Amino acid sequence: MLSAPRYWREIRYRYRLIGSRCLKCGKIYFPRRLVCAVCGSRKLEDYKLSEKGKIKTFTVIRRSPPLGYEKNVPYVVAVVELEDGVNVLSQIVDVSPEEVKIGMPVELTFRKVRENGKEGIIEYGFKFRPIFE
Amino acid sequence: MHRVAVIGVGCTRVGELWDKSLKDLIVESATKALDDAGIDKVDIVYVGNAYSKILQTQGNLGSFTVDSLGFEGIPAVSIEAADCSGSLAFHEAYKAVRSGLVGKALVVGVEKMSDSSPEEVAKALMSCEDQDYVAFTGVTQPGLHALVLRLYMETFKVKHEEIAEFTVKAHKNASNNPYAQFKNPLKVEDVLRSPILADPLRLLEYTTVADGSAALVLCSIEEAEKMGKKPVVEVLGSASATDKLYLPERIGKLSFNATREAAKKAFEEAKFSVDKVNFVETHDSSTIMGVISLEDLGFVGKGRGASLVVEGGIEIDGKIPTNTMGGSKGRGNPVGATGVYQLVEAVLQLRGEAGKNQVKDAKIGLTHTIAGVGNFATVNILGCL
Repeated sequence: MLSAPRYWREIRYRYRLIGSRCLKCGKIYFPRRLVCAVCGSRKLEDYKLSEKGKIKTFTVIRRSPPLGYEKNVPYVVAVVELEDGVNVLSQIVDVSPEEVKIGMPVELTFRKVRENGKEGIIEYGFKFRPIFE
Repeated sequence: MHRVAVIGVGCTRVGELWDKSLKDLIVESATKALDDAGIDKVDIVYVGNAYSKILQTQGNLGSFTVDSLGFEGIPAVSIEAADCSGSLAFHEAYKAVRSGLVGKALVVGVEKMSDSSPEEVAKALMSCEDQDYVAFTGVTQPGLHALVLRLYMETFKVKHEEIAEFTVKAHKNASNNPYAQFKNPLKVEDVLRSPILADPLRLLEYTTVADGSAALVLCSIEEAEKMGKKPVVEVLGSASATDKLYLPERIGKLSFNATREAAKKAFEEAKFSVDKVNFVETHDSSTIMGVISLEDLGFVGKGRGASLVVEGGIEIDGKIPTNTMGGSKGRGNPVGATGVYQLVEAVLQLRGEAGKNQVKDAKIGLTHTIAGVGNFATVNILGCL
């Protein structure tokens, strides 16, 4: 069973798509890092990532989803390249899997992610959806 | 520094072995390896396993293994690095023997997956990834491979049927392997018509639930000679390397630093380059991982891996015979044991005991294991003495 603190301590990052930026070399990361993987600095600050990007590659999960995701099948998971250059793994929603394409522009949205049984915590977090003209 | 020999090998059949427990598997492969070496005692045991804590809730595999074998008092090391668990156990045993601190070492790789539900197995397969930001998205392990497959096809304009050919070659070699999981010959159409696991990856492009165990015995060449043996196979290079856990940070390269780094170090130690290698056992956990590994190890240029496969370059009589006993897809992928199976197969090739799949004049073989989608890799180079 998912413990409340484990869920609660990631809320800030998962709800608002917050990563980190190295104060020394400026490199931006998602998920956040405590030590910079480029320059080794330990001084990083929280950094709000861009909310728009485009799909770099994607898949559609059709079989053996993890527990708690069964109701979503089939669902799209993509690597989204954000406008600030950071790549993020995310579900893509509000679109049928057949319409998803590499290069498709997408934007941040906030959704329910998973239920933990009947009595467990309902988890929320970021997903992306297509930007239609 | 001591020169290190492999003096005994053994393995179980790979498959859904309903009548065999974790312990049965360990004892079967280890006793075969000990018998092959002609010894009944070792100084230390290294166990490689990925999922026993998750799937059997059995931890402390070091003690578990030593006790299962009826040994007592000797030290044991349990190693987990997902698909690299077994090959990393070998690597650590090699370093210990090479240093002279250890005389004879037994390496056992083991995995028992068929007791668990598909959901439990899927969860275990994702345990090598970041849980808070990768598993949380609902992506599966085949889903991660599919992300790489799609980007690879798009970037290098390679057709899916070219990559899917890797499975065809795997099953062809496995058909002559008495302990392989899948011996049925396949056509590329069968692979592309199999159900979609995660678009565009098909069921027959990915490994499945498997039980199995493989083992080998290492000691220094002096130690072997002291026992009156004439060892045939020597370890010439062995290395491991890591890479970033979060795939999106490195997916754009379509190449895995961990493989390249481990290969570089292993070849530095062996003091020769890739063109000396006569055959390779690589980890085709999926077709695309097999293709990219051939490129990263230096057997073919970037974006050309699938062409090498289609042109027959990886067949037993090809330019670089690959996965000669079926690889992870054909022989089967009992995850933590896979790296040790590769090494056992390499030893059989070098001893000239690979049967119908014997590579002619095989003098130097390379084994390569990769965890998940490239966050860890091991490379081992073996040669004939």
